[in-house]
Amino acid sequence: GTLYLTATHLIFVESSSNNSTSILHHHIASVEKLSLTTTGCPLVIQCRNFRVVHFVIQRERDCHDVYSSLLRLRQPVSYEELYAFSYNPKQNDQQREEGWQLIDLGAEFERMGVPCDQWQLTDVNRDYKVCETYPRDLYVPITASKPIIVGSSKFRSKGRFPVLTYFYQEKKAAVCRCSQPLSGFSARCLEDESMLQAISKANHNSRFVYVMDTRPKLNALANRAAGKGYENEDNYSNIRFQFVGIENIHVMRTSLQKLLEVTGTRSLSMSDYLVGLESSGWLRHIKAIVDAAIFLTKAVTGEGASVLVHCSDGWDRTAQVCSLGSLLMDPYYRTIKGFMVLIEKDWISFGHKFADRCDQLDGDPKEVSPIFTQFLECVWQLTEQFPQSFEFSEWFLLQIHEHVHSCQYGNFLGNNQRQREELQLRDRTHSLWAFLMSEKQNYLNPFYSPAFSELHPVLEPSTLPYHFKFWRNMYHQFDRSMHPRQSILKTILTLRENSRNGESMLQALENVSALTELQQLGVTPVATSEPPAPPPTRDQRSNDGQEEVGEEAIEGTDTERTVEGSSATESRKQRYGELEGTYNSELAKEEPAVVSLEFGVARMTC
Amino acid sequence: MEFAELIKTPRVDGVVLHRPFMPTVEGTLCLTGHHLILSSRQDNTEELWLLHSNIDSIEKRFVGSLGSIIVKCKDLRVIQLDIPGMEECLNIASSIEALSTLDSVSLMYPFFYRPMFEVIEDGWNSFLPEDAFKDLESMTDEWRLSEVNKDFSVCPSYPALVAVPKDVNDDTLRKVATFRHSGRFPILSYYHKKNGMVMMRAGQPLTGTNGRRCKEDEKLINATLRPGKRGYIIDTRTINVAQQAKARGGGFESEANYPQWRRIHKAIERANILQESLIKLVEACNDQSHSMDRWLSKLEASNWQTHVKEILTTACLAAQCIDREGASVLVHGTDGTDSTLQVTSLAQIILDPACRTIRGFQSLVEREWLQAGHPFQQRCAQSAYSNSKPRQEAPVFLLFLDCVWQILRQFPCSFEFSESLLVLLFEHAYASQFGTFLGNSAAERTKLSLPEKTVSLWSWVNRPQELERLTNPLYEANSLVIWPSVAPQSLLLWEGVFLRWNRSSKCLDEAYEEMVHIIEYNKELQNKVNSLRRQLAQLETEDPLLKTS
Repeated sequence: GTLYLTATHLIFVESSSNNSTSILHHHIASVEKLSLTTTGCPLVIQCRNFRVVHFVIQRERDCHDVYSSLLRLRQPVSYEELYAFSYNPKQNDQQREEGWQLIDLGAEFERMGVPCDQWQLTDVNRDYKVCETYPRDLYVPITASKPIIVGSSKFRSKGRFPVLTYFYQEKKAAVCRCSQPLSGFSARCLEDESMLQAISKANHNSRFVYVMDTRPKLNALANRAAGKGYENEDNYSNIRFQFVGIENIHVMRTSLQKLLEVTGTRSLSMSDYLVGLESSGWLRHIKAIVDAAIFLTKAVTGEGASVLVHCSDGWDRTAQVCSLGSLLMDPYYRTIKGFMVLIEKDWISFGHKFADRCDQLDGDPKEVSPIFTQFLECVWQLTEQFPQSFEFSEWFLLQIHEHVHSCQYGNFLGNNQRQREELQLRDRTHSLWAFLMSEKQNYLNPFYSPAFSELHPVLEPSTLPYHFKFWRNMYHQFDRSMHPRQSILKTILTLRENSRNGESMLQALENVSALTELQQLGVTPVATSEPPAPPPTRDQRSNDGQEEVGEEAIEGTDTERTVEGSSATESRKQRYGELEGTYNSELAKEEPAVVSLEFGVARMTC
Repeated sequence: MEFAELIKTPRVDGVVLHRPFMPTVEGTLCLTGHHLILSSRQDNTEELWLLHSNIDSIEKRFVGSLGSIIVKCKDLRVIQLDIPGMEECLNIASSIEALSTLDSVSLMYPFFYRPMFEVIEDGWNSFLPEDAFKDLESMTDEWRLSEVNKDFSVCPSYPALVAVPKDVNDDTLRKVATFRHSGRFPILSYYHKKNGMVMMRAGQPLTGTNGRRCKEDEKLINATLRPGKRGYIIDTRTINVAQQAKARGGGFESEANYPQWRRIHKAIERANILQESLIKLVEACNDQSHSMDRWLSKLEASNWQTHVKEILTTACLAAQCIDREGASVLVHGTDGTDSTLQVTSLAQIILDPACRTIRGFQSLVEREWLQAGHPFQQRCAQSAYSNSKPRQEAPVFLLFLDCVWQILRQFPCSFEFSESLLVLLFEHAYASQFGTFLGNSAAERTKLSLPEKTVSLWSWVNRPQELERLTNPLYEANSLVIWPSVAPQSLLLWEGVFLRWNRSSKCLDEAYEEMVHIIEYNKELQNKVNSLRRQLAQLETEDPLLKTS
C-alpha cells in the first residue's frame, strides 16, 4: 500500500482493498527503524493507545525520511502545534462555548452540599498566588482563616495545602487532598496543624481525621532527607496516620513497559504470559490503588471520618485515590456526566500533569507515566465486578483514553488550570466532553440499573487477587484476532436499538390499523377529505405509516416519547453512520470491543 | 451390606452449617445411605442435600467439646459443619468417610434413585450409534456400521457398533485391533460434510522397538484417503514420549510404512500430571491471602491454563487440517481414551454447528466420551481435594469442558447452550443421581444394566423446564466454522467452576437476568410488530375501498 504523511496524521492505504489506517501523530509513542532486510527497511511504530504497526519500506532512504519526519512530528515543541488548535469539528463559537460550559465544578460542589455551615469557598487562590497548580476556586473549612491557609501552603510541597475534594453529605465527612508536608526530620508548622485541626472540627461525627499517605513508607522516609516527609502524629492532634503503599510514577512507567513487552511477544506461551504478568507488577499496582480507595471509602462512609489524602506532590496517587474513592461512594460519578465531572475535578482542575505524564510536548521522558490509564483501568476492574452500577460501558473508558493522548480536544492539554487559561484553550480548542455527550448513545451500558445504585450507593468491591484481570480490550485494542469474535455488549446494544425501533414501529402500526379500522367503518372525516392512500407495496406502506404517525405522535401526548419515537430514528441512524466514519477514518480507531465475525481470516497460532 | 451398619449416628440436633457467601444455618443433621442432609425445619430456609459421593475429603477440628467437620466436595465447594459433642462429631465424620468411599458400583445412588419427574424421553435411547450412522449414511456411502465388537471382545472399551470404511471387512478389523493399544483400531469420529474429509481416532500402534508393522492397519487408514491426497496423523504426545512408548510395546506410525500420512506431534499432558495441575489450581483459587504476586505465580505453577491452551491448539490443528487443508485426520495418543477424545470432540465443536446445539452437544458427549470409552469412573473417582494418592483420577473431561467454555466465551452467540450446561456436566461426571457417567465403557454399562436400573442424565436434561435453564439467550444459529483465539491473553480462568464458591456472584447474576430480560423484551416486541403487520395486511385485502384507492 501507500503511506501518506499529513500535518496531523499518518495514513496507510492498502492498494488491494483501499482500506486505510490512519494514525494521529500525537498517538505515536515511539518509532523504531529496524535493520535492513531483503524486502526493505522495516519501521515499527508504537502508539500510546497500544496499537503497534509494522511497515516495510522498500528503499532505505525513504524509510529514513519517514522515520525522521515522524520523530519530529510526533513531538511538537510548542502547544500551538497540537492538533487541538487546528481541529475544527464545524461548530460555531457559540456551540464551542456551550461545550466548555457542560461541566461546571461550582455546580458540582453545590450538588455535594458545599458551601455549607462548615465549608466555604475561599478566594485565596483567585490569582493563582498561593498555589499555581490548584484551580482558582477552592473549598476549605469555615474556621481556616487566610493566614492559616497561606501558612499551611508554605509548609506543603508546591504550596498544595489541604482542600476539599469530596463531601460525603450523609455523614458530613470530607475527603481532602494536599501534598506532603515539608517536615524533614523535625520541622513543624502551626498553621498547618491548625488547618488539619479545622478539617477535624468541621466534622462532628468523628474525633479524628485520617491522614492517608499513599506512598510506601520507605519513600516517605527517604523524602525526609530532602526536607519533605509526612505528618508526625505527635505534632498533630486528632489525626490517624496511615501509609497505603502505592508506588511512584517511575515504577508505574517501568511496570507498563514490562507488561507491554510481555504481551507484545510473538507466540507467547501461557507460562511466560503469567510469569510476565506477575513480574511486571502491573496488576499488583492496580490492586494497591483499589485497596487504597476502599480504605478511603470505608473511613468516610463507614466511620464517618474525614480523610486527608496526599502523596508527594499530590497530583498523581492522590488524584487516583480521591477520584476512585469518590466513585465508590457516590453513584453520580458512575454516570456518564458524573464521570466527566469527576475527571474534570480530581484530575484536570487539581493539576494532574497531563502534558508531562502523557508526553504531549517534547519533554522529560522521566515525567511520563500511565497514572491516568491506571485510574481508567481501576474503573474498568470495578465495572467487571458491578456490571449494573455504571451508566457507561468499557467503550467510554477507551474513548476517553484515546483522547487523553490524541490532543485533539483542549481538555487535557497543559499541566494545570493556570496554564490552560494562558493558552486560551476555551477560545481556541473544543471540549471533549461535549463531543462525548453528543454520542452518549454509544457509550451506554445496557445493563445499567439506577435502581441497583439506589440499593447499593456505596460499592464494596472485593480485592482478592483473582478479581483483577488483564484488560485485553485496552492493551490489545487493535489486535482483532485476540478478542471474542462476537461481543455480548454489541449484541445487546443492537437488541436495545431494535427494541426502540420496535416500540415505535409498534406504535405506528397500531395507529395505522386503528385508522384503517375507522375507515372501514366509514366514520372518519379524515378518510374522506384526505384519504391516506396506501401505497401498493407492503414495505413502502409501513414506512409511510411510520412517518405519518411519527408526526402525529409529536402533537400527541408526551414529547419525550417522540425523541425515542420513529421520527428520531432516522437521524440517530445517520449519526451512527457518522460515528462509524469517525471511528474508522478520522480517529483511526475501530470500536474496541467489537470485532465483527470474520471467519474468513482465522488467525491460528498452531 | 446394609448402609445402616456404616451410619453410627443417624441424627444430630443443633448443627451449624457455614457456607461462603451464605448465612449460617442451624438445624438437624441427618445421614442416610446416600445423603448428608441438614434441615433447619423452617419453611422457607434452604436445606442442604449433599450426595456422599460428592464428598472428596473431610477434615475434623475440635475446640473443646465442639467439633467441626470441613467437608470438601468434588464440585470444589467447601462447607463447614459445627457439631456439638465430640462423640457425635467423630461418628458423623467416620460415617461420612465410609459412605463417600464405597467401592462397589452397584451401591451407588443411581441404583436407588427414583425420578420425581416424568420421563418424557428415555435418555438411554436418545443417542444410539445406529441413529448417528443414519445421519452419516445420508451424507456418504463410504462407511459401514460394523458389528465386529458386538460382544466387546475385539475392543473392550469400544461400543458394540462402530463406523469403519466400507471396504474394510471385520476380519481385517480384528487383525488391526491386535496392532493397536487396547484393541482400539481406527474408527470414524467425524465426517466433515463440507468437503467429505474425515477424522478418525485410535489407540497407538504397537510397533514396539523393532518396528512391527501391520498391513491391514495401513490398508484401513489408507482407505479413507482420496486418490493422490495425503492425510495427517496427530499424535497428542511429544516425539520423545512417543519414542519412549516403543520400549513398552507402543509407538507411532513410521514414515516408511505410512508414506501417505504426515505425522504431527503435540504435547498434551498425561492423566496424572493433569490431576496434579487441578489440585494446584484449586489450591491457588482457595488461597485467601491478598497478594497479587502469589496468586499469579500459583496460577502459573498450576499449569492449568497451559493445558487448556495446548488442548485447544491441538484441536484447532485437527480442525484446520480437515477444513483448510482438505485432508483426513487420524488422532491418537497412547490409549486413545483421554487426550485423543479432547482433541476429536473439540475439533467437532469448532467445525460442526450441530455440536453447538444443546442436543448436538449431548450427542457429542455421548459419542466422543461415553461410547468412546473414556473411563469416567476411574477418572472422576476423586477430585481436587483428595488426600489419597491419585490412581487413575484425572480431570480430562473437565479440561474438555473448560476448553468448550473458552470457545463459548469467544463466540457467545454461537452456542445454543449456556455455561450452565457445562457446569452441570462437570458436577454429574463426578457425582450424580443419574447412571450416565457410571462405569468406564459401553461394555461395563451393559454389564451393570444401567439403562434398565438407573435413570439417564439426558432424561432429566431434555425436559422443557431444564432446557430453558440451560439455553443461551443470545444464541443465533451460526453455520460457520468458528476459530477460537488461543493467545494466552484470550484464554481466561473458568470462574464459573474454579471461583464459583469463592466469590459472590450476585451482581453478575443480576446483570445476566437483565440481559435475558432485554432479549425477551425484544423478541416480544418483534412478535407484536409482525402480528400487527399481518393483521394490517389482512385488513387491507378485506377492504375494497382501500384497495381501489
